[in-house]
Amino acid sequence: MTDIRDEILSTAAVVPMVLAEQVHKSFGHLEVLKGIDMSVMPGQVAVLLGPSGSGKTTFLRCINHLEKINGGRLSVDGVLVGYRQRGEKLYELRDREVAERRQQIGMVFQQFNLFPHMTALGNVMEAQVQVLRRSRSAAREKALSLLDRVGLADRAGYYPSQLSGGQQQRVAIARALAMDPKLMLFDEPTSALDPEMVGEVLDVMRDLANAGMTMVVVTHEIGFAREVADTVVFMDGGQVVESGAPRDVITNPQHRRTQDFLSKVL
Amino acid sequence: MTTTDGTVTDRVVPIKAIPVRHPGRWVAVAIMLLLAAMAVHSLIFNPAWKWGTFSEYLFTSVVFGGLVKTIWITAAAMAIGIVLGIVLAVMRMSPNPVVKTVAWLYIWFFRGTPVLVQVVFWAFLGQLYRYLSLGIPFGPQFIFFDVNDLIPVIAAAVLGLGLNEAAYMAEIVRSGILSVGKGQTEAAEALGMRRITLMRRVVLPQAMRIIVPPTGNEVISMLKTTSILVVIAVTELFTTVQNIYSHNFQQIPLLMVASVWYLAVTTVLSIGQFYLERHFGRGVAGSRQQRARRKLAVEGPS
Repeated sequence: MTDIRDEILSTAAVVPMVLAEQVHKSFGHLEVLKGIDMSVMPGQVAVLLGPSGSGKTTFLRCINHLEKINGGRLSVDGVLVGYRQRGEKLYELRDREVAERRQQIGMVFQQFNLFPHMTALGNVMEAQVQVLRRSRSAAREKALSLLDRVGLADRAGYYPSQLSGGQQQRVAIARALAMDPKLMLFDEPTSALDPEMVGEVLDVMRDLANAGMTMVVVTHEIGFAREVADTVVFMDGGQVVESGAPRDVITNPQHRRTQDFLSKVL
Repeated sequence: MTTTDGTVTDRVVPIKAIPVRHPGRWVAVAIMLLLAAMAVHSLIFNPAWKWGTFSEYLFTSVVFGGLVKTIWITAAAMAIGIVLGIVLAVMRMSPNPVVKTVAWLYIWFFRGTPVLVQVVFWAFLGQLYRYLSLGIPFGPQFIFFDVNDLIPVIAAAVLGLGLNEAAYMAEIVRSGILSVGKGQTEAAEALGMRRITLMRRVVLPQAMRIIVPPTGNEVISMLKTTSILVVIAVTELFTTVQNIYSHNFQQIPLLMVASVWYLAVTTVLSIGQFYLERHFGRGVAGSRQQRARRKLAVEGPS
């Protein structure tokens, strides 16, 4: 009995949510990612740390194909990102197919990027109606419950410009969650916030992690990484310098560059 | 001292300062009043204005006919201009180099030749192509049209003005699209929106805030540009009054008739533009909803 369950777990549940193998990315002659290897298992939280220019944001953007990779393989939930493989050949995906795969990946940006001409409620409803073709009433119900979850039930009718940075970012998280993603990407979600608002956004992210969401987070919040991350990946110069459990990488870094970085930010 | 809800408590003595004087403003007012008085005096006491003739023609059905034609030619030409303008703007921003070049050439040509020349060209297209036909290129033709029947002079007018307008609208629409930040497109893409949905729901509504004011300009400009149709004898407002004064030689009163109607329509258009701008300005800091919201926050719901 237990043997069968173990076998199912080891075959079915073991597909990584994100799997990167030797991922390369160049902008012109500038090589930004020089062979990234990484895997994030379902339900795990991976935090990418590193100095600016280390390629962590670029890597995050590659995961939902906002950037095209030039080499290696990158897959989400066992499916290649941006390409279809038939035999040895890779075929670029059409816009429609790329869009379909992005529906399953939520993304939260440093600059929030809420739609300024829609209210908080409208922002959270929009893609549910336009992309998932949910009815307006179902979308509204879902949006209101998500706004409640991020603590903004009373701000549903406000436009983004009427909300504080922290509130806008929480709306942005609700907007991404409305698509029922299986993976959430966070690109420095607290870097554009005033210090007193960082906490409210991290609280929402912590709750999300505790609820079992798979997350890849680029951040400079070492405290958050130490507390919430299952894996911490330290990147520098387009490469993974070291990765592992937070207590290893943050508390007891092995590599010189990690030590230098942490001594500056801690 | 100020309390948290923004009201000043009575313990504070308000400042009573002597305001700065502005003698220059009084001088300016005096000069303006004098000039205005001279103008009004001339309008009333110079009999050459012939206000009797003016009021005799202002509401005649023939003038109304011209006005109606002016309005619908403006509307039709702007409709062509806006629709084709959006298409050209999107084409110019296409990744396809052929499509991009075609749009560029169109804009180059139609902006580079006078609209008067273009209108006359369309009116005389029959000289260039007597017949148009549908069929296989360089092969047999099945249906023939007489160009002079297919393009009556009024259609030439609408076509000439509309195709010219499209070149200008294309640049206006493009500037609007460019004004929307890249973050908006990326956020929409990350939500799984496809190109068309993203344009329709996210980019264009925001671009409209930039597009509406210059488009209002274009509509008002088009309204008055229709007066050049006098060269191909389309009986719009200006041609109509010209026909009248060429018989009765009352040029000034009839030009006043036309001017009053142009001004009246421009006024209506300006009001429409105000509401359009307010609609597309929603969500922008300082917009109407924002002020209403702030008022609500301070005073509570009524």
